[in-house]
Amino acid sequence: MQRRIKVLIAKPGLDGHDRGAKVVAYALRDAGMEVIYTGLHQTVDQIISTALEEDVDVIGLSIMSGAHLPICEKLMQRVREEGLEDRLVVVGGVIPKEDVPKLKTLGVKGVFPGGTPLQEIVDFILKNAPTREGV
Amino acid sequence: MGVAKYIKDEKDRVLEVIFQSGIKVKPHYGPKDLEEVGFDYEKDLGEPGEYPFTRSIHPQGYRTREWTTRQYTGFGTPKETNERFKLMISQGQTGLNVAFDLPTQMGLDSDDPLAEGEVGRVGMAVDTLRDFEIAFEGIALDRIGTGLTINAVASIMLAMYQAVAEKFGYRPEVISATPQNDILKEMIGRGMWIFPVEPSVKLIGDTIEYSMKVMPRTNAVSVCGYHIRESGATPAQEIAYAFQIANTYIEEVVRRGYHVDQFARGITFNFNIFGNLWEQVAKFRAARKLWAKLLKEKWGAKERRTMFLRGLFGGGGSGLTKEQPIINVVRGAYYALAAALGGAQTTALCSYDEAYTIPTPYSALISLRTLQLLMDEVGLRDTVDPLAGSYFIETLTKQMESKILEEMAEIDRIGGMKRAVETGYVQRKVAQQAYQWQKGLERGEYIKIGVNKYTDPGPLGEEGEVELHKYDPRTAEEQIKALKEVKRTRDNREVLKRLKDLEAAARQGKNVMPYLVEAVKAYATVGEMTKVFKEVFGEFQEPSIF
Repeated sequence: MQRRIKVLIAKPGLDGHDRGAKVVAYALRDAGMEVIYTGLHQTVDQIISTALEEDVDVIGLSIMSGAHLPICEKLMQRVREEGLEDRLVVVGGVIPKEDVPKLKTLGVKGVFPGGTPLQEIVDFILKNAPTREGV
Repeated sequence: MGVAKYIKDEKDRVLEVIFQSGIKVKPHYGPKDLEEVGFDYEKDLGEPGEYPFTRSIHPQGYRTREWTTRQYTGFGTPKETNERFKLMISQGQTGLNVAFDLPTQMGLDSDDPLAEGEVGRVGMAVDTLRDFEIAFEGIALDRIGTGLTINAVASIMLAMYQAVAEKFGYRPEVISATPQNDILKEMIGRGMWIFPVEPSVKLIGDTIEYSMKVMPRTNAVSVCGYHIRESGATPAQEIAYAFQIANTYIEEVVRRGYHVDQFARGITFNFNIFGNLWEQVAKFRAARKLWAKLLKEKWGAKERRTMFLRGLFGGGGSGLTKEQPIINVVRGAYYALAAALGGAQTTALCSYDEAYTIPTPYSALISLRTLQLLMDEVGLRDTVDPLAGSYFIETLTKQMESKILEEMAEIDRIGGMKRAVETGYVQRKVAQQAYQWQKGLERGEYIKIGVNKYTDPGPLGEEGEVELHKYDPRTAEEQIKALKEVKRTRDNREVLKRLKDLEAAARQGKNVMPYLVEAVKAYATVGEMTKVFKEVFGEFQEPSIF
């Protein structure tokens, strides 16, 4: 039987604006996913260890400070080190258009700048989350 | 958030209008409506400058003094920030409002591994007094008041502001700082908290007590309904939660044996201006009146000045859109109009490009000019509280008052604001409202131009038209180099001694401000002083709201 998609919503770095992260968390939960929210001020290592512990399918980052490139670079490196390449990584926040291809090159599959409709995020995750068998 | 709900028939005629605070608007208003809400001219309105100050705290409003303009400014190194301060002042800005970078707001030095990638990004980096010496060089600190938008470590920044002023030859009595210093709202929105609720509130009590004695022109706290609204609160909740937070801080100082007439004038407010125009104007008028009543009736204030609601009504950030950004210039002008009609003493306006970037000099100046234009050209200085006496506005002001009181009562029922924050009650409530509003927006229940109506930008252009503020990675290098130089040249034994004294004072529950001032003067770093507090106070654990 296919299990429910499990999503980690994370706030990496020092930025404390979490309205968007919480709104997306509610939307994914309403769409039938299991959602874990890390809370604020998480280091990349903390996020990776939560992702491993909870064995999530999707890691969703919310970054509003403009530091999305250095943070995602660090995160994707840790993703590779921990063998989590089969998990879907997405990011949302204050992200200029010109940075979208750079994030994709880093291995971030979905980029959702502010103003992206919730349904678009839900649909993207439903379509792209890895399907893994549940027990 | 920011728009009312409109229920229409199939011919697009408006059947019902419901404001976010839950008030239904009628198609027209008359004397009967005033009767129904129990409006009484003397009791509810009175003369401008007289209790309950619904119309204004000044008898002649903007005639005697136009509003102070205080654009939120700061980025990169202290030197870059100093240049931007001077640009804004030369363009007629009358106050400063310092933006700090995230490491500084979190009490981390620029060379802390956790600060990587964030140094000087969203505000100015500050490690030691040396940075303030550069940032405020050439600014007349006896004439220009300065907002310091920082909270968890506001006590440190206030100490630093006093130290830099003294260094430049200004006595503490003549300087006017407004540290934001409102930690409870950081725990509800914005998220720049460090220490747990109790010691955080204690630190705020210290700054209020100290300012009262040493820097009487300083406003120790700016309680922010602003960010709570940005996080999803209605306008009525914005005021209600801010007042309950203010009550918490007042209680902390009254507990120490002081009377509100000695210190409460140092508690100011920061409220938001986006949303339905009438609802905002009524909100400000109701707030002014309720605050005066609260100080008089709950806290026994005798002096008029204690009862003044003073503050910055401005910003409007979450009303602005990423879509068709140039339209935000117009939106911002209407939000600023709400601030002026609401009698703001101090104001600032988010810039049209803020959904993308740190404002450029170009966009920051458009905001400043918008504010100047309202005073000098459009007629907002002509007469005080120009909407007074309107059947609609007076009815609405009374209704807003009731809504705010209801929301305040709810916080009382659950045991006050400290408890409401520790348990995550308010955080959960505003997050759920933000979600419901977002869904409503996507279903088209609320209209937002460019987002769900008139979405084709045509020649207005999209993102490509906005010039992005470039983050320079050399900022961090320069800042770290400067920090190393300070550490190399300061008297490290003196620093250690001052930090030890600070720790002892914190452990003994003394007012830490005099100790911070000494540590700052010895060039202790923000990170070093914060570390002392972390060891003594511990750190805040965010309640789970899911």
